Amino acid sequence: MPFLRLVFLSLLLLTACGSEQNDPYPLGERGGNILYAAFTERPKHLDPVQSYSEDEIAFTAQIYEPPLQYHYLRRPYALVPATGETVPVARYYDAQGRELPADAPAASIASSVYEIRLRPGIRYQPHPAFAVDDAGHPWYDRLDREQLRGIDKVADFAKTGSRELLADDYIYQIKRLAHPRLHSPIFSLMAERIVGLRELGATLRTAAKTLPADGWLDLDRFQLPGVTRVDSHTYRIVLHGKYPQFAYWLAMPFFAPVPREVDRFYSQPGMAEKNLTLDWYPVGTGPFMLTENNPNSRMVLERNPNFHGESYPCDGEAGDRAAGLLDDCGKALPFIDKAVYSREKESIPYWNKFLQGYYDASGISSDSYDQAVRLGVGGDVQLTDEMREKGIRLLTSVRPSIFYQGFNMLDPVVGGLSESATKLRQAVSIAIDQEEFISIFMNGRGIAANSPLPPGIFGFVDGEAGINPVVYDWVDGQARRKPIEVAKKLLAEAGWPNGRNARSGEPLVLYLDTTGGGMGDKSRLDWLTRQFAKLDIQLVVRSTDYNRFQNKVRKGAVQLFYMGWNADYPDPENFLFLLAGSEGKVATGGENGANYVNPEFDRLFEQMKNMESSGPRGAERLAIIRQAVAVLQRDAPWIYGFHPKNYTLGHVWLHNRKPTDMGNNTLKYQRIDVAARQESRQAWNRPVLWPLAAMAAGLLLLVLPAAVGYRRRERGTAR
Amino acid sequence: MLAYIVRRLFYALPILLGVNLLTFALFFVVNTPDDMARMQLGVKRVTPEAIAKWKADRGYDKPLFVNAAASGSGVLTETIFFGKSARMFAGDFGRAEDGRDIAREIASRMGPSLAIALPNFAIGLLVTVSFALLLTFFRATYLDFWGVVLCVAMMSISTLFYIIGGQYLVSKVWRLVPISGYGGGVEAWKFVILPVAIGVVAGIGSSARWYRTIFIEEIGKDYVRTARAKGLAEAAVLFRHVLRNAMIPILTGVVVVIPLLFMGSLLSESFFGIPGLGSYTIDAIKAQDFAVVRAMVFIGSVLYIAGLILTDISYTFVDPRIRFH
Repeated sequence: MPFLRLVFLSLLLLTACGSEQNDPYPLGERGGNILYAAFTERPKHLDPVQSYSEDEIAFTAQIYEPPLQYHYLRRPYALVPATGETVPVARYYDAQGRELPADAPAASIASSVYEIRLRPGIRYQPHPAFAVDDAGHPWYDRLDREQLRGIDKVADFAKTGSRELLADDYIYQIKRLAHPRLHSPIFSLMAERIVGLRELGATLRTAAKTLPADGWLDLDRFQLPGVTRVDSHTYRIVLHGKYPQFAYWLAMPFFAPVPREVDRFYSQPGMAEKNLTLDWYPVGTGPFMLTENNPNSRMVLERNPNFHGESYPCDGEAGDRAAGLLDDCGKALPFIDKAVYSREKESIPYWNKFLQGYYDASGISSDSYDQAVRLGVGGDVQLTDEMREKGIRLLTSVRPSIFYQGFNMLDPVVGGLSESATKLRQAVSIAIDQEEFISIFMNGRGIAANSPLPPGIFGFVDGEAGINPVVYDWVDGQARRKPIEVAKKLLAEAGWPNGRNARSGEPLVLYLDTTGGGMGDKSRLDWLTRQFAKLDIQLVVRSTDYNRFQNKVRKGAVQLFYMGWNADYPDPENFLFLLAGSEGKVATGGENGANYVNPEFDRLFEQMKNMESSGPRGAERLAIIRQAVAVLQRDAPWIYGFHPKNYTLGHVWLHNRKPTDMGNNTLKYQRIDVAARQESRQAWNRPVLWPLAAMAAGLLLLVLPAAVGYRRRERGTAR
Repeated sequence: MLAYIVRRLFYALPILLGVNLLTFALFFVVNTPDDMARMQLGVKRVTPEAIAKWKADRGYDKPLFVNAAASGSGVLTETIFFGKSARMFAGDFGRAEDGRDIAREIASRMGPSLAIALPNFAIGLLVTVSFALLLTFFRATYLDFWGVVLCVAMMSISTLFYIIGGQYLVSKVWRLVPISGYGGGVEAWKFVILPVAIGVVAGIGSSARWYRTIFIEEIGKDYVRTARAKGLAEAAVLFRHVLRNAMIPILTGVVVVIPLLFMGSLLSESFFGIPGLGSYTIDAIKAQDFAVVRAMVFIGSVLYIAGLILTDISYTFVDPRIRFH
């Protein structure tokens, strides 16, 4: 029968095509030294002046090279040179321009100077912006729309070139922070720090108005007094006052180099209409370059043939050697040739492709949590047997983040520093069982917070000394939440015995503002309502969309709200500033959503923020931080929620993985055992063909009676 | 007919203007330009100056509909509505809020959307019409009864279930095709086959049941009896007479969706990782990208109007009695 022949031929064709029918990658890539990963959100910006989100930095950090980077293995996080020769040490000057010693009081420091010396011989990736003719003139600096006909991507330009990295490129990029048509998220912050940046912004705004909409603003025409060229490979940044955290910013793509000719190249008429922009096609000196940018589907990074070379680190923290993280000591980076990132908007396909070996690593979504891990007898997290059989490895780390519920300190009921309001906040802090929340709603993926400072950040103290004494007792070698009776007593002392006003008898009703409120949030909010009910407090949840929520927080029209913060850099200042009076959301539009103002804390914060964690004054800084944290624990402007834990899974063939929340340029350290991956993929993805035959047979069974019926009816006599 | 089409096209203009006005009003009731700026600039370290700069750069610093501070026609033209809408009627969709050219993005995403939607539409139509004719042929038999039961069961199941179930069975358990993804060239078939198959199966229930009803109604008419009396085979009666006469209600539902195939499928594209226009729209709504939302709603309206006109025209092909005046 022709139908059966067709089925048989189809089966034969499927079998002949190889064993991995479900391989989502082109056949030509099979066996390549390629890392496969996924991204869920499309990156909006790849221009280093604008890029700030995690989705974007996963790409930009592999391409652009700021002068500094984080050591891949050392903990606590340590800065090491990337393109710089050394980590710059700030020199301090007073108002008269006299140099001051390193330990000079912050108040006497008028300016800080960072001088960065670049390593010579570093070259950019091949790019048409660098292509020059025999006379040294750029090939592509006078393009018009007509000449761009037929060119749709950077790879369509016939000629490319490269050149050495120069100090001017870093200076140009710092000026771009003030560019009126770019919207750098750190411009306002840096304008406060870098001498002359705010004024440059104003000058550039005026200059841009005289240009056509797509006209090029040549930043070399404008001076930035705070950033100067010392020689071809050295530049100097002058800051107002003292800002020790500035070195961390020098490890972010905001301070990566952008050559003037690249800016000029992309500013030519017709380029933006074809998405030929720095936002779409980044240009850098890093180990990888973006060769395919289709953020709707797939992004590809390939080894930069001009990469200056770097070797794998030979030192780390204790345990790294045993974990095999030092096995590649001294070997040339990067290890892989290519990284393919596919867009996966849904968690189920992402997870299944990881299990099939088509992604080398994966996170664990709530859908797949039970399939991936289980809690051991001692409460430790273990991989399930299915994962172990596949040789999958689990990496866990506490993220440098905090999620909290903030009290609006401007609120007449829960706000203010009065004893009654403080006791009310303390009582609520005790009543809300964060450990239970983490267990129920986060599958144990977090640790309860005692203060704004997460583990790994200078000032975090583990053990008995680190507990929040308002909320916990130290019992049998571990922190134990205070009994609810303590909270009730505090509430009574606050003037709300049994959740009622001691004078009027009115019940205490608190309002929580939050985003979402969908089906998934209902159980969480119900749980929270029950926590407040333990104190006989009525909680009213006001769910709204994100914009409305932000608006209410900005205006101080909230009483209690959920919020979170991810660290920009590993310094306690980056967490404690969230409660600094100068950052009050209502007063200044800053990041202090609780509008907490305590002169005692502000004084301590001002002291600690200008100190270094290392060196002779490190111990002094630690003592000040501990005092500041004690003030915060006593005042309880936040209910310190939790620090989330990252759980990531990696296949056995993926080597040199270490949880890193600060440094993002980690791709160069990853190594893949391609043969092992290929073997596993083949074993895990043998097609099951019998269902096709069964379906064909089933179809036949359906068609056959119909055909028989048809023939019978056609041949039958009319009734 | 030309006069009719031109007249319909003129009718379309106020409709498009109204749709644009409604989209604009609804969007800005929910999102202020400040909200849009915050969404684009991120949640950290966003200052009022940065928001003002973003708005000014993109023309969102003007009043929405009426600029009382302007004079003359500027009262209406120096507004966000005019600034954002006027160019669109000239076919210029401008740039997305992240700076990327919308027309270019639409052009690049149309292919993947059509790669799924076209075969889904064509095969789906063929399968459902054939199945409905089969049920009609076997009307009032067990085959018809269980066929209708199957249709009701199939239409009661959510499309999401078909997608997840299909991915689980075909890609995970049987490992026959990739679970998700998209690729061009000769290997494109392996990404397309599963979403198309699922789309066809998911659509059988409701469509076949609807077509069966139309055919059953048609089959009781006098001309069918006459055709049978002539001695025509039942297949000839069904395909040559019943199908043709039942085309008007079928075309009403079918032709109108043909232009909308360009818009892609929101759910399928998301689950199968197809970089089409459906996922583009969803992404834009999530990102509060008004420029893209407005462009996609506008294109959707244009295509819908085009579909309605095509439907009217198609009537003349299947029913010679219909003429346009």
